[in-house]
Amino acid sequence: MKKIYLDYAATTPVAKEVLKEMLPYFSEKFGNAMSIHSSGQVALKAVDGARLKIASFFNATAPEIIFTGGATESNNLVIKGILKSYYSNFKSKPHIITSAFEHHCVLDACKAAEKEGLAEVTYVKPASDGVIDEKEIEKLIKSNTIMISIMYVNNEIGTVQPIAKIGKIVKKKNETRKENYFPIVFHTDATQAVNYFDCDVKKLNVDLLSMWAHKIYGPKGVGLLYVKRGTPIKKIQDGGDQEYKMRAGTHNVPGIVGLGAAIAEIKNQKSKIKIKDLRDYLIKRVLAEIPKAKLSGSKIKRSPNNANFNFQDVEGEGLLLSLDMDGIACSTGSACSSGALSPSHVLLSIGLKPEEAHGSLRITIGKYTTKKEIDFAINKIKSTVERLRKISGNVLQDFYKK
Amino acid sequence: MQYSKKVIEHFTRPHNQGVIKKPSGVGMVGNPHCGDLMKIYIKVKKCKKRGEVIDDIKFETLGCASAIATSSMITDLAKNKTLEEAMKITRNDVAEALEGLPPLKMHCSNLADDGLHEAIKDYLNNRKS
Repeated sequence: MKKIYLDYAATTPVAKEVLKEMLPYFSEKFGNAMSIHSSGQVALKAVDGARLKIASFFNATAPEIIFTGGATESNNLVIKGILKSYYSNFKSKPHIITSAFEHHCVLDACKAAEKEGLAEVTYVKPASDGVIDEKEIEKLIKSNTIMISIMYVNNEIGTVQPIAKIGKIVKKKNETRKENYFPIVFHTDATQAVNYFDCDVKKLNVDLLSMWAHKIYGPKGVGLLYVKRGTPIKKIQDGGDQEYKMRAGTHNVPGIVGLGAAIAEIKNQKSKIKIKDLRDYLIKRVLAEIPKAKLSGSKIKRSPNNANFNFQDVEGEGLLLSLDMDGIACSTGSACSSGALSPSHVLLSIGLKPEEAHGSLRITIGKYTTKKEIDFAINKIKSTVERLRKISGNVLQDFYKK
Repeated sequence: MQYSKKVIEHFTRPHNQGVIKKPSGVGMVGNPHCGDLMKIYIKVKKCKKRGEVIDDIKFETLGCASAIATSSMITDLAKNKTLEEAMKITRNDVAEALEGLPPLKMHCSNLADDGLHEAIKDYLNNRKS
């Protein structure tokens, strides 16, 4: 059976060109980039080369790029490292603003800080179209706010957040802040944005930006944190002096080379247009051909590769499993698929009812997706939804009549 | 999710799926918040030798693969059983007949026994009134 992969937001395959660049750095050029001998210097040169390419992509300087083990690590470093920096100078409890639909690595790091009594956190709710209003954030900024972390593109519904506008607000607020006090640091998790949106950190007005290689046809286990020069952040991991003393641990040289190669591949506008056309076709057909289907999140302010539907009277895990049996891989916000008790916090945050969130299907396409695959998938979704609806009958309506 | 072959079988081709038009009893369990909602319909027949027997049983389920498979399995297990026998069917019996359920699913989607027992109670109540 042919496999159809429609879960590019979960991870992407390593592109052949990327793999080719990585391969010599496993067995042949295996040196430790911190070693002084020539073998180490070869590795260091590769790391520096990747750093330069990446810095140019983000319109940053090389020392502002810190390689990490991925966006989860970068995001943890942000929340914990900023708090650490704050507490090295101040004592009173600071305030953090983030959104209710951030990735769990940001949310849980914030919740942990709250629990430990280290910070007070406000979780901004997005509007029903899945977009956060920057004015809402402006209103929430207090005199003790020290950090704002808002994702660039939501990983489940693909909605794009007004990062540049929030950045501008933060900049203005910082100008009026009293001297010697901690500034408001603005961070964005750009994991789902790098492939499709402008990530010029100057235009975005961000102090910190996280991303992950495996979402952009690079390898797993490597990512980065952009740290604007002068940002008050402290390392949270002890060890060697790697990464400008910000992230201890031997460099993942093949991974970093892979990340550099993957970033360098992000240029092809043509493939982005192709992806958007395919995605629009998918949304159009599903909404036209499947009754009681809805799209979650704004249709316009949306990543070109994402579609997130919900089907009334259908539960997502069963839908996912059926599609998998037909060789189609996608994802759902149903709790039953993840082992959680509640369905997707993202879908609930934009006002979906639990049963709607349980009936959700996320399809994320990529540069290798074809129209033939989309057509095949739509037909299978149609027949599976129909089959599962036959099984569920009127049970939901009966429940509410009860 | 690692499901047994039997679960997949009952999920893809569930038995006794649908509605009984004039049921003797109906049981509805679960709630939309956790994602599983189950409705079991029974038709009871009086049998001279064995007393009251479940002559027909059907289900409607909105839920995950395991919820659908357990619903399907309970209908197989309960059909032609006396009410007393059917009341004794437990969720462990259902899980066992399905060659096991993932630990996580034992609790949340293994509601079919409750559904069946509710349907029987509903019948007994209807009979009284």
